[in-house]
Amino acid sequence: MKKASLREAYGRTLVELGKENKDIVVLDADLSGSTKTKMFAKEFPERFFNIGIAEQDMMGTAAGLAAAGKIPFASTFAIFATGRAWEQIRQSIAYAGLNVKIVASHGGITVGDDGGSHQAIEDVGLMRILPNMTVIVPADAIEMEQVIRTIAKYKGPVYVRGARIDFPVIYDDKDYHFQIGKGSILREGRDITLIAMGLMVHHALEAASILSLEGIECRVVNMSSIKPIDRDLIIDSAQKTELIVTIEEHLITNGLGSAVCEVVCEECPVPVKRLGIKDRFGISGKPDKLLSYFHLTPQDIVEEVKKVLQRKPRLVRAVG
Amino acid sequence: MFEQGVKDIQKLKKIAKEIRKDILLMLNKAGSGHTGGSLSAVELLTALFFAKMKHDPKNLTWKGRDHFILSKGHAAPLLYAILAKCGYFKHEELFELRQLGSRLQGHPDCKLTPGIEVPTGSLGQGLSMANGIAMALRLDELSGRVYVLLGDGEVQEGQVWEAAMTAAHYKLDNVCAILDNNRLQIDGWVEEVKNIEPLAAKWEAFGWNVKEINGHDFRQILEALNEVELVKGKPSIIIAHTVKGKGVSFFENKAKYHGVAPTNDELELALKELEEGIK
Ligand SMILES: Cc1ncc(C[n+]2csc(CCOP(=O)(O)OP(=O)(O)O)c2C)c(N)n1
Ligand SMILES: [Mg+2]
Repeated sequence: MKKASLREAYGRTLVELGKENKDIVVLDADLSGSTKTKMFAKEFPERFFNIGIAEQDMMGTAAGLAAAGKIPFASTFAIFATGRAWEQIRQSIAYAGLNVKIVASHGGITVGDDGGSHQAIEDVGLMRILPNMTVIVPADAIEMEQVIRTIAKYKGPVYVRGARIDFPVIYDDKDYHFQIGKGSILREGRDITLIAMGLMVHHALEAASILSLEGIECRVVNMSSIKPIDRDLIIDSAQKTELIVTIEEHLITNGLGSAVCEVVCEECPVPVKRLGIKDRFGISGKPDKLLSYFHLTPQDIVEEVKKVLQRKPRLVRAVG
Repeated sequence: MFEQGVKDIQKLKKIAKEIRKDILLMLNKAGSGHTGGSLSAVELLTALFFAKMKHDPKNLTWKGRDHFILSKGHAAPLLYAILAKCGYFKHEELFELRQLGSRLQGHPDCKLTPGIEVPTGSLGQGLSMANGIAMALRLDELSGRVYVLLGDGEVQEGQVWEAAMTAAHYKLDNVCAILDNNRLQIDGWVEEVKNIEPLAAKWEAFGWNVKEINGHDFRQILEALNEVELVKGKPSIIIAHTVKGKGVSFFENKAKYHGVAPTNDELELALKELEEGIK
């Protein structure tokens, strides 16, 4: 299985954008080697600002740069970006809709050994709740590159959640075209829809292959645009498959699962099962061990799908 | 009508008196808002907007302009009164302050109000934004300066000191902070709530050029603004010693008048005092 780094994709794309547009500026908070903004710093030292270990100040500085017409990309780990500096993002960036791009690495539990203090499992919720904020979670390195290019052209605040580990490549074809507000169907199936974000998109695809062998056909959706979310695609899935499972490397509260439920409840109520982390913090461990521990492997998804299929209205009716 | 680069101190004093009246009138009409911290910085902002800063109320995005950030955003009535007098919007709009549908929000909102550059209201964030604008000006080789007004209680916020380090590290000599040192915050004297002294030594230690003045004396304010502009390689801060509630005897030096608007009776007395001078 081919894997690629989202962080590398980000760093590389920043450098390309930096060449194309002199208004692109980059900020980091002493993690530029890790977030890969160092690649931009090397190429354009005068347009790179290391703000030191001061995330709140970094967000405010980015807001000022945006107010003066620059396109600032501000990067650090997801928990420090969204947690430490949340109110700065709210007041200085989102409130006025300033054109700041917050691109974080180290989303989710696959941060691994560093443990719960460093594993952002609430970042998507923290950003999704802010008016004016767009929230994107790329599913692989190719999508990350497209996302970065897209948001550089879009005017307004954006949060992008990246990861520490390399992700399996999903979009190997050159045809894929990311759009803000659009999810993409990666596999069609009539029995159930799996809606996932980030690394879980790949796990959902693996689960769908296994289930297919047993005659269960899953539609698999990559919902990389968490906000604005693709309402039409969610409604279409609810109508066509009448059953949805969401999968996220994030708390099931206020993340992808919640966002999907909001649409389903209002527009087309069908059962939704949310898979993710349940009201607890992360712990140290290797990423793959942690994924098993938190029941986020393809096999876990397979088992959950089989369980929830019992709840499918049509099946219930057939049984009854 | 809007005269820039006013050098005549008597003229500036006259403008300051009119600004104070506007502040009291608009706060009274709104029925809520921040009186004390608006009145303490009247001379500081009058000097900036009428004597010092390059700005054009008819061309909000003029690249050559200087920038102003009200980091102590609760003094919005003062900024609105100044902006109206400069002609950024009509004077009568002042009396829509804090009302539903008004462009004059309780705290500065750059989406709505012409002449406001960034949103503030949550204390401690303005200096970071000033630094960001200053960095952008430098990248674009523009000569504009960035002025930012801080409260003395406000500097208890840690982000101010993060930003102080950033400005010094990046040698942002186009940043000029002005500290409205009125010695009061909401719960009482800053010294008693949580002491911030020695202020000048702190800023110096953080790599700043520091100048201390009487913040109600136009001559000192203008001299300081001109002087710090010549200092290269480091940011400057003007620590302006002021009186909270300045100009109205019964508001002066009273923590209570931090966040309450004048009643009708208070307004009448206050306007009289402004006209005749405190006895
Ligand atoms: C982050 C934050 N915390 C608390 C407040 C509430 N608040 C508004 S004004 C103020 C006191 C400010 O004191 P100072 O900076 O000295 O301002 P001034 O005396 O000039 O009014 C406080 C605590 C706020 N606006 N922002
Ligand atoms: Mg004060």
